[in-house]
Amino acid sequence: MTKAILSVRDLCKSFGALKATDHVNLDLCTGEIHALIGPNGAGKSTLIQQIAGGMAPDSGSVHFLGQDVTQLSTPKRAQLGLARTFQISALAMEDTVLQNAMLGALGAQGHVFRFFGAASKDRALREVAKTMLERVGLADMAGARTSDLSHGQRRQLEVAVALTLKPRAFVMDEPMAGLGAEGSARLTEFLSDLRQEAPILLVEHDMDAVFALADRISVLVYGQIIATGSVADIRAHPDVRRAYLGEDA
Amino acid sequence: MRRESLINVLLAAGLLGFPLWAYVMNEPFLITLSTRVAILALAGVGLNIALGLGGLVSLGHAAFFGIGGYAMGILASHAQSYAPLMESPFLIEGTKSMPIIWLVAIIASGLAALMIGGLSLRTSGVYFIMITLAFGQMFFYFSISWPAYGGEDGLSIYVRNGFPGLNTLDPIQFFLICYVLLVAVLFFANRLAQSPFGLALNAARQNAMRVETVGITPYQLRLTGFVISGMITGLAGALFADLNRFVSPSMFSWQTSGEIMIFVILGGTARLFGPVAGAAVFIALEHILGGLSEFWHIYLGVLLLGIVLFARGGIIGTLAGHEVRHD
Repeated sequence: MTKAILSVRDLCKSFGALKATDHVNLDLCTGEIHALIGPNGAGKSTLIQQIAGGMAPDSGSVHFLGQDVTQLSTPKRAQLGLARTFQISALAMEDTVLQNAMLGALGAQGHVFRFFGAASKDRALREVAKTMLERVGLADMAGARTSDLSHGQRRQLEVAVALTLKPRAFVMDEPMAGLGAEGSARLTEFLSDLRQEAPILLVEHDMDAVFALADRISVLVYGQIIATGSVADIRAHPDVRRAYLGEDA
Repeated sequence: MRRESLINVLLAAGLLGFPLWAYVMNEPFLITLSTRVAILALAGVGLNIALGLGGLVSLGHAAFFGIGGYAMGILASHAQSYAPLMESPFLIEGTKSMPIIWLVAIIASGLAALMIGGLSLRTSGVYFIMITLAFGQMFFYFSISWPAYGGEDGLSIYVRNGFPGLNTLDPIQFFLICYVLLVAVLFFANRLAQSPFGLALNAARQNAMRVETVGITPYQLRLTGFVISGMITGLAGALFADLNRFVSPSMFSWQTSGEIMIFVILGGTARLFGPVAGAAVFIALEHILGGLSEFWHIYLGVLLLGIVLFARGGIIGTLAGHEVRHD
């Protein structure tokens, strides 16, 4: 197996008696899309939070690019190249599409504490932002207010902002949610190519997309990973069928 | 030209034209009123950076306003009594020079903002409001109980401080000093809002998670914004003390914090000229309605309620309409 870019070891997180994350082990390797599926309430979001830095685990570790990042904050992990997109769009809604993309470029560039020159006139920032908007197909919306975008376009913008970070790995939380068949198909195609650039940990409910995209699938149930394997393995796995696809699936 | 830019130019011209007209008509009181507007607007421009750009509802900006005022009061009182502030390890004497006083006011209020912001910004929402209020009150009670500089009675400075080449006792000349400072700070605030820092701070106000996810720490952004905000309000405090030739603990009172916030909200939160419009309307109301009734604040309250309920963009927002900042 190729080298793991992101690896989660023995991660545990409890809320009272509820074990939201129960000794989870997970690897994301170069060039792959690793899908994380599981029924509602399985603890997917909690796990993603711990990987991205929004929540500290009770025990266990997260390694990114060979470095232990368990104690690092979200911004520090982002600086290392861990890009995240959200289930519910987290964008600066009053700003323009271009400004959102430029914010990503600014974060990647790191020179935030500049108080005089206009950000909009910064060639380097603009270039990166425009390129990434073009890649996701939002170039002609650059001047629009983000709150005026459709749901699907906001999803595209989330991906564009993640791209501006020139990330080493993506963590995407339900990028297909609410996209509709056509949007879903387009994003599926886009993500399929993206894995060559950086591997993607994909949390997704859209099973068509998961089966079309994933190189490997891990199934999370009640905080535990009950199976990891190829699409065929997971489709055939009896525990998975019972827990996730329903008893009579 | 954008509609808001046009309104801004008209406001700037009006604030300059009115006292010049008053000067021609020989109405020094109206010049002084205009000077008050310019100074209070400056305090509001300071708060607007924290409140409008950063979304930080600080109810403790009187602390910076007061520190600016006392920086002037302390330096000038030592100068007028020829008693140095301290002699060892090195000699610090008082001064009657405005530029030095401004510099001291800006540095002192900046340091205070670093301390207050450093602690308060670990909280958010209503806790942030309460902690900034509490810090403001600490300064208020400290100034009351500190007898060396007048305590409760405040501190009078008999002659207005000087500015090289100008006669600051001439109302129109002092007005022009304040006006030029206001315009310079507005210019800076405009640049700041459009700078990379402004882009990030503004985004952190809208969605802190977004900023973190691109590798920027909101706390650092907010603290920097809060310090810049405090410095500007501190400068306004020094000018305000010079206008009145008097400093007192009331500059530190929570009512002062509230009034500065009213200028911002009345004029339009996050609008560049919002505090200018807000302070102008506030002073006009105080002058006109205050002559009719001691309880003119009732009318101010009604106006404020109307703005908050029906015109969230304040005066500027209502006149200029909703606009996206284009690149």
